[in-house]
Amino acid sequence: MPSANIQVSETPLVLYALRRADDALVLGHRLSEWCGHAPMLEEDMALSNIALDLIGQARELYSYAAKAEGKDNDEDKLAYLRDVRQYRNLLLVEQPNGDFAQTLVRQFFYSAFADLYWRAMMASRDTTLAAIAAKSEKESAYHLRHASEWIIRLGDGTDESHARAQAAIDHLWAFTGEMFEVDEGERGLIHAGVAVDPASLRGRWLTTLSDIASEATLELPQNGWMQQGGRVGRHSEHLGHLLSELQSMQRTFPGQTW
Amino acid sequence: MYTQALNTAETGDHGLEDAGKAAQFQARIDAEERIEPNDWMPAAYRKTLTRQISQHAHSEIVGMLPEGNWITRAPTLRRKAALLAKVQDECGHGLYLYAAAETLGTSREELVDAMLAGKAKYSSIFNYPTLTWADIGTIGWLVDGAAIMNQIPLCRCSYGPYARAMIRVCKEESFHQRQGYEIMLTLCRGSDEQKAMAQDALNRWWWPVLMMFGPPDATSQHSDTSTRWKIKRFSNDELRQKFVDATVPQAQYLGLTIPDPGMTQDADGHWRYSEIDWTEFKQVLAGNGPCNRDRMAARRKAHDEGAWVREAAAAYAAKRAQRQTAQAAE
Repeated sequence: MPSANIQVSETPLVLYALRRADDALVLGHRLSEWCGHAPMLEEDMALSNIALDLIGQARELYSYAAKAEGKDNDEDKLAYLRDVRQYRNLLLVEQPNGDFAQTLVRQFFYSAFADLYWRAMMASRDTTLAAIAAKSEKESAYHLRHASEWIIRLGDGTDESHARAQAAIDHLWAFTGEMFEVDEGERGLIHAGVAVDPASLRGRWLTTLSDIASEATLELPQNGWMQQGGRVGRHSEHLGHLLSELQSMQRTFPGQTW
Repeated sequence: MYTQALNTAETGDHGLEDAGKAAQFQARIDAEERIEPNDWMPAAYRKTLTRQISQHAHSEIVGMLPEGNWITRAPTLRRKAALLAKVQDECGHGLYLYAAAETLGTSREELVDAMLAGKAKYSSIFNYPTLTWADIGTIGWLVDGAAIMNQIPLCRCSYGPYARAMIRVCKEESFHQRQGYEIMLTLCRGSDEQKAMAQDALNRWWWPVLMMFGPPDATSQHSDTSTRWKIKRFSNDELRQKFVDATVPQAQYLGLTIPDPGMTQDADGHWRYSEIDWTEFKQVLAGNGPCNRDRMAARRKAHDEGAWVREAAAAYAAKRAQRQTAQAAE
């Protein structure tokens, strides 16, 4: 019996696009879980908006991965027919929403990185990636502004919001190291001017975080042990549940047009 | 989304008010002028509109839940994005409508509190569950279709802020309706299993959607005042008939069967539907629909769990204002 999962030939370029697509889709999915349940209507709107941007980014990146692979995969096959071990997203983005503070700290850590990353990627020698970067950078800048404002409000709001924001930072910090790691395949893309080295952005990322945390009267943890594995499909237990929901229709009714 | 069923007017206190002003007010309405927030208006007009607009707003917000139920399970990325954008639009309608209601002098917080306390109604249609993906298509096609039937005349409502809100809302709703119909068309052109899914959804939603237009004219109360004030321009049965006449050919095009074996077309081309089970309508209205408790519980949970966030935002805003005042004093 053939496998229900598709096989993907992960050349460095395909893998590169898949990793960013998975980041965007998984985070967009997480944010979409808030829709209808946020603390205020304005945040139902804002979180849905950010989710829509991210799902849009995911679609472009999946389509590009499919094109780069050159087989008969497409955005939906890549999103809906790969299992947890084939997903390549950061562990950070698959972490559950938790409370509003945890969602916003996760967003803040990611957007502070994505904003710098996509801006740098606008200079990519790969014109498709440069175009995706140009669009994503504009969106990420807004996502970062939105998250930063909330970090400040929560940190410098009430005792309860401060405690929740600090707890979220302490909890999610260990998932931030992975954003700056690259493997050999990606190193090749960096040398070729297709990708940028995320490690080169870490200093500025940390400055953004420190500035906002200080205004929010919050503390960043001292660098400790960092979790890794998402980029090679070694995920937390949370991702499988997310995928079982995300993929339920395609798994229940294989091969249909929707 | 909105239901005609919520269209009931307050009556009674005109005697206490200035008869001259009331006559002038009615003359303006008769001349199709728009009433604006700062204009004089009878207390009952204000009360009727506050109730109607806020219940419309509550309906938009509660209406996010049945469709939101499928955002995380939409079958393709395109459908996922479209559904999320749609539910976000409903939220936008809710916000816009709360703002319109606030122009009549009641705050959004008070209006929301009344809903959460079970004192204000929202559209009963959202007390039905979304069981399959076809329900998302059916809601867009029929529920939004019924809402449009009701809201198009509201674009000419005598109260300016409500009428203007409706113009924008109608544009988005008609887009949603086409989107819903397109989901249905895709299902009906798909596998037997998909077509059965579409038929099953139509079977479950048809009668509740007809009930969205409210009780039959013979039993409907208060509509005279709403009509005189040009809040309501068509009766429940008129709008229901318009909806049925528009929808039957659409179902035929899809190859679906309206679950009403007694339906016939009369000599004038109108599709005459069978008797509606108003017992069910009353039960759902009384809180006994399949999802009444779940919907209220979900809204209360979001409100309660969000309290600390709203408090934090308010506390921060107060601190900031205080710092700015202190800085200015230096």
